[in-house]
Amino acid sequence: MQAAIAVRQLTKTYDEGSTGTLALRGVDLDAHAGELLMLMGPSGSGKTTLLSIMGCILTATSGSVRVAGREVVGLREKELPALRLEHVGFVFQGFNLFPTLSAGENVELMLDLKGVAAAAAKRRAHELLDQVGLGGKYGSFPADLSGGQKQRVAIARALAGDPGIILADEPTAALDSHTGRNVMEMMSELAHKRGRAVVIVTHDSRVLSFADRIVKIEDGAIARTTEAELVPAGLLVHGMGASTVGLV
Amino acid sequence: MPPLAQRNLFHDKVRLAVTLTGIVFSVVLIVVQLGLFFGFTTATSNLIDHSNADLWMTSKNVPYVEQGVAFSERKLYQVRAVPGVADAQKIIAHWTGWKRHDGGQESVQIVGINVDDSLERPWNLVEGRVEDLKSPDSVILDELYKQKLGVTRVGEVFEIGGYRARVVGFTRGIRSFTTSPYVFTSFKNAQNFAALREDQTLFILVKVAPGADLQQVRQGLLDHVKDVEVFTTGEFSHMTTFYWMFTTGAGVAVLIAAVLGLVVGFVVVAQTIYATTMDHIREYGTLKAMGAPNSYVYKVIMKQAAISAVIGYGLGMIVSVFVVRGSQAGGAAILMPPSMAVAMFFVTLLMCVGAALVSINKVMRIDPAMVFKG
Ligand SMILES: Nc1ncnc2c1ncn2[C@@H]1O[C@H](COP(=O)(O)OP(=O)(O)O)[C@@H](O)[C@H]1O
Ligand SMILES: [Mg+2]
Repeated sequence: MQAAIAVRQLTKTYDEGSTGTLALRGVDLDAHAGELLMLMGPSGSGKTTLLSIMGCILTATSGSVRVAGREVVGLREKELPALRLEHVGFVFQGFNLFPTLSAGENVELMLDLKGVAAAAAKRRAHELLDQVGLGGKYGSFPADLSGGQKQRVAIARALAGDPGIILADEPTAALDSHTGRNVMEMMSELAHKRGRAVVIVTHDSRVLSFADRIVKIEDGAIARTTEAELVPAGLLVHGMGASTVGLV
Repeated sequence: MPPLAQRNLFHDKVRLAVTLTGIVFSVVLIVVQLGLFFGFTTATSNLIDHSNADLWMTSKNVPYVEQGVAFSERKLYQVRAVPGVADAQKIIAHWTGWKRHDGGQESVQIVGINVDDSLERPWNLVEGRVEDLKSPDSVILDELYKQKLGVTRVGEVFEIGGYRARVVGFTRGIRSFTTSPYVFTSFKNAQNFAALREDQTLFILVKVAPGADLQQVRQGLLDHVKDVEVFTTGEFSHMTTFYWMFTTGAGVAVLIAAVLGLVVGFVVVAQTIYATTMDHIREYGTLKAMGAPNSYVYKVIMKQAAISAVIGYGLGMIVSVFVVRGSQAGGAAILMPPSMAVAMFFVTLLMCVGAALVSINKVMRIDPAMVFKG
């Protein structure tokens, strides 16, 4: 099966003055539909850079990145928004909701970008909020929602575009462990029940058990890949989630 | 589109107030200055524009109506003999002195007309009749200048150029651009008031016969009458307006002030929209990350500019209408013709949209990858 995202020999150099930072040095990685992939690694190792390039919001320096079969390295910057809109949904650590828009309107904004007419968008926004367990929160503003609720609105918004790929950078870092698990369950469902390719950057060892595959990045390169069945117990804090992994 | 533009705009009330104040200030300043300009241009050529003449005959080298040079009134007979001339009348417009009852001297502009003829006569009378000018020593002036000339009512007697003058009527809204009010009187009186010789006039007004060619008649007049110039009413009006507005610099000053209003408005709006954009820059980054093209983000910002423009214009017009009304009783009329009110809307819109372009540049440079930065 064709990978949702196929990364080959990817390098990225940030130009900063005379000395560039080599953030990625030859990464090979596939993300598959129906799979929850986690990127781990120390701070500054290049996880965000990799995720950004996979999500077409950052251009690569060299190598190849195929998103839904299409080569994106070498595309002009103008061509990227349409690709993101069609294929990628983002979930952020800081939620990035529009504070002056209600939960429903936040979702509708994505639908508007996709060209959905206002009335249909409103109906769809209600459905999507229902799906993330926020049925009654259409009119609530982000300031009145808890962190977990905000992240669920953000997930509903990402889903509104009906993307094949969901990319999340530390989506649970700002949440307590219970809400974090809750959000991860939702992500897991997106991958396993609804066939999305889900890639999550995380530091949060509490949620590792949700992964099908864990890719460890160090110094801009892949240091180790661990399949779920082989996730060593040591990586799972308190052994939490081992059973969950088994269930998947 | 969900109401992102208006919500973000109305979110920061203080900044919105600053934006609107800037626009209102700008609109009012431009209206007042342009209105003054229109008021001035109307006032400078009042006398000419209200005449029913087609042509104005003057001495040579007369640049505007206040600078008439006397010539022999016998030319009137030569003028009447030119083919195509339906009517011709001599008139006087000349500066002279008005003596108030308290002894104070005021400069006035005496306008001497043939009371039996319609080529030039006072208009908008609110008291008395033009025919009253047939009685000896009679004058009609505008109620705007009652105080300046020390006049309170019809029947009062003053002295103009050493001759007796009796007020027989008042007009309304006949402004003079200079500080000297128009004082209408009969041609004969005007000769005395202006200290002209008995056989002299300053202008001859010509009405062209129906069907006659204006330029042909004009050429005919130049061919048959020596040492004069002949202008169409429109030309002479423009010459006079141009002199007062541009040669004296009076018009340039108000136009510069109008441009200044535009600049001030532009700067204030550019500043506040830029600040609002910067406040929400992360949201615009998110929009772009979500796949919004630049044009979508521009639309949000342009919508904010347009909403600001519409509200600012509305408030500005309310203030302007009061200012314009207030000016009617004063020395300088601020005129706002409907076309100017309409044009102001587009000026305001352009100003705001132009100012928003400053922010567009910023938005274009937003790196969507910023969304992953803490
Ligand atoms: N916009 C940028 N400009 C310059 N250097 C950057 C930029 N973003 C990241 N880097 C550098 O690239 C490296 C990888 O960063 P990043 O991908 O953010 O790592 P991680 O997400 O794993 O913490 C770091 O050395 C970081 O300093
Ligand atoms: Mg990071």
